[in-house]
Amino acid sequence: MKQLMTLLLGALVAISLSGKAQAADVMRMAVTTSFHNSGLADILLPQIAEDLDLDVQLLVVGTGQALRLGRAGDVDAILVHSRAAEEAFVAEGFGTHRREIMYNDFVFVGPDTDPAGLREASSAADALARIAAAEPAFVSRGDDSGTHKKELSLWAEAGQDAASFGRWYNAVGAGMGAALNTAAGLNAYVLSDRASWLNFGNKADLALVFAGDPVLFNQYAYLPVNPAKHAHVKHDLALKLEGWLTSDTAKGLINGYTIGGETLFVFNATPEG
Amino acid sequence: MGDLWSGLLQAFWLVITFDPELVEIAGRSLRITLTALVIASLIALPLAALLAVRRFRWRRTVIALMNALMGLPPVVVGLVVYVLLSRSGPFGVMGLLFTPTAMIIAQVIIIVPLIASIAHQSLRELWTEYHDLLISINVTQGQKIRTLLWDARRALLTATLAGFGRAIGEVGAIMIVGGNIDHATRVLTTAIALETGRGDFALALGLGFVLIALAVTVNLAIHWLGRTEREGRW
Amino acid sequence: MVSDLFPMTARQAQTTRRGKVLVGPVDLRLDGGGVAMVIGPNGAGKTTLLHLLHGTARLTSGTIEWACPLEAARNQQSFVFQRPVMLRRTVLENIAYPLRIRGHQRADAYEQARDWADRVGLGAMIDRSALVLSGGEQQKLAIARALITRPRLVFLDEPCASLDGAATREIEQVLQDTREAGTALVMSTHDMGQARRLADRVVFLLHGRVHEEAAANTFFEAPVTTQAAAFLRGDIVE
Repeated sequence: MKQLMTLLLGALVAISLSGKAQAADVMRMAVTTSFHNSGLADILLPQIAEDLDLDVQLLVVGTGQALRLGRAGDVDAILVHSRAAEEAFVAEGFGTHRREIMYNDFVFVGPDTDPAGLREASSAADALARIAAAEPAFVSRGDDSGTHKKELSLWAEAGQDAASFGRWYNAVGAGMGAALNTAAGLNAYVLSDRASWLNFGNKADLALVFAGDPVLFNQYAYLPVNPAKHAHVKHDLALKLEGWLTSDTAKGLINGYTIGGETLFVFNATPEG
Repeated sequence: MGDLWSGLLQAFWLVITFDPELVEIAGRSLRITLTALVIASLIALPLAALLAVRRFRWRRTVIALMNALMGLPPVVVGLVVYVLLSRSGPFGVMGLLFTPTAMIIAQVIIIVPLIASIAHQSLRELWTEYHDLLISINVTQGQKIRTLLWDARRALLTATLAGFGRAIGEVGAIMIVGGNIDHATRVLTTAIALETGRGDFALALGLGFVLIALAVTVNLAIHWLGRTEREGRW
Repeated sequence: MVSDLFPMTARQAQTTRRGKVLVGPVDLRLDGGGVAMVIGPNGAGKTTLLHLLHGTARLTSGTIEWACPLEAARNQQSFVFQRPVMLRRTVLENIAYPLRIRGHQRADAYEQARDWADRVGLGAMIDRSALVLSGGEQQKLAIARALITRPRLVFLDEPCASLDGAATREIEQVLQDTREAGTALVMSTHDMGQARRLADRVVFLLHGRVHEEAAANTFFEAPVTTQAAAFLRGDIVE
């Protein structure tokens, strides 16, 4: 018994002391949950560490919080997907510029039985109109994220006001994964980015019911935080990372990333845009 | 039910294969929480002893406040620490946000009232017992506190373990101030939240079981240390 | 310096709590040496009087003066309680505690504590927890702990109140030895036999006041007041 406990204690001490070697340079980037849930980061970050000797620490948050982190100077760059908010961010001087990197798309996920008939929808607006008419359970991110903003703009295009919906409309105020978990639990419709959906492990009775309308394309952009606002930000590292993200190496990795045989992202950065 | 089984299985494999990522995350959990625990104990235990032996004007208020703060919502602590440590906040220049140090600060704030409160209960009891003798021997305030802390050490260990349990299982505050950054501030609880978000319940549960095992192990180890000491001396 | 403690003079010394007089006003003089026995019915204030003289009960009016400054006087006294206070430590650590508080090295303190444990008959159990001792053993420990600092004056508040005959005899022997070594004892008791066996002087306390004070022989053979006489007869005195 005594030896066993000593061994246990020793192991605990050893575990608690084991550190990990860090790359030479460290920078922080805020990214959206949907980007992180795609798993693409796990492909890109090791290559970045190897090519640039740069350790990119990711803060996985909603678009709203990502922009706040940038405004406060708590990160060096952000990678988000909400164009209007991004442009405001640059206009207010918090970001030096906005660089488009890639896009993926949003999909409608819902019960496999598809009570609202989204599989027959002709467009995203039509799909939402069908939901508003049938009033099946619907889960909204409700967290001011890029996906949430996208959903609200789609409702507006379909001539609906999300604020006026009844109890079937569930704003969960959580990340994509949590929202998908809730949808799986309620067997509800939900708007998700394709990557999060494909990587999601708890699909239950849900299925992809509508996708493909160009309005659902989801543009990711990279915004370095302005060193004029926050002198401590690592602007040179942020530019170095931007160079890598728009390089051919990144293009190959991004376009080549698949889940279950499906391509998720389309690289669309323009050289020196 | 199936998730529970595959969670157990996953936990088993993670531990058996000494999964390097698990070791790293578990090690960070332990390192951060144990550091916070040591700092919190150094603050809370003398404070509890002082409150037990010393009569001063605001003593009752401080005790009531301490007991109330025991129920401090971690998420609020996290938010306040976040705002204070943010680059735009008053302590921003120190660049502590999203570092293990920030997580330690948050945990210290969360567990100091808890440890102090539990410790105060047993120290006050012991003080009633010792009062007449120590007053008669004419001990100084510092000697009083040292005597009480030493003689109540086993009860204080329990208080400390309660603090450990709360700190190692806490997620709300450290998620906010640590940011759950891979290889930097990801600990067991935030990793569990992350895997739950990805819908990977099995891995989340696996990590959860590892967390429970870790907490139980630390408790047993510390209790065992306390017992050998007792057997040796008593 | 050592002989500085006595005489002690209490003049109109009184302690009150919430306006109620617990003890006093008391005039009393201690010249050192011998056993001063405080007796009297329950509630007369025996315990409080000992605490008042020792300085652990608040003096609300009057004066208590020692031949030396109060702090020095306190360091030459110790107190044994009716219900002994046991530190949650071993017997040896308990006895050594006052020396450790006074800054003695551990080895020196333990050496002396071992010696005192032997003297009170606890030599065989110095490594046991004080909490598992019998009542008599605990009281002997408390006495050893009170004597280890070599005080000139020891207060004992009914030290044998709940002990059996054998334990009482052992403790009285220790007290006799202490008295013969020149230490003054001020003790209270319920046990008139014990009072007769040990006392040199008697202080008869009634309603918080010194009702009669005399040499032991005189008091027991010819009490002056009717209340003292009644008390000695075993009557209820109010």
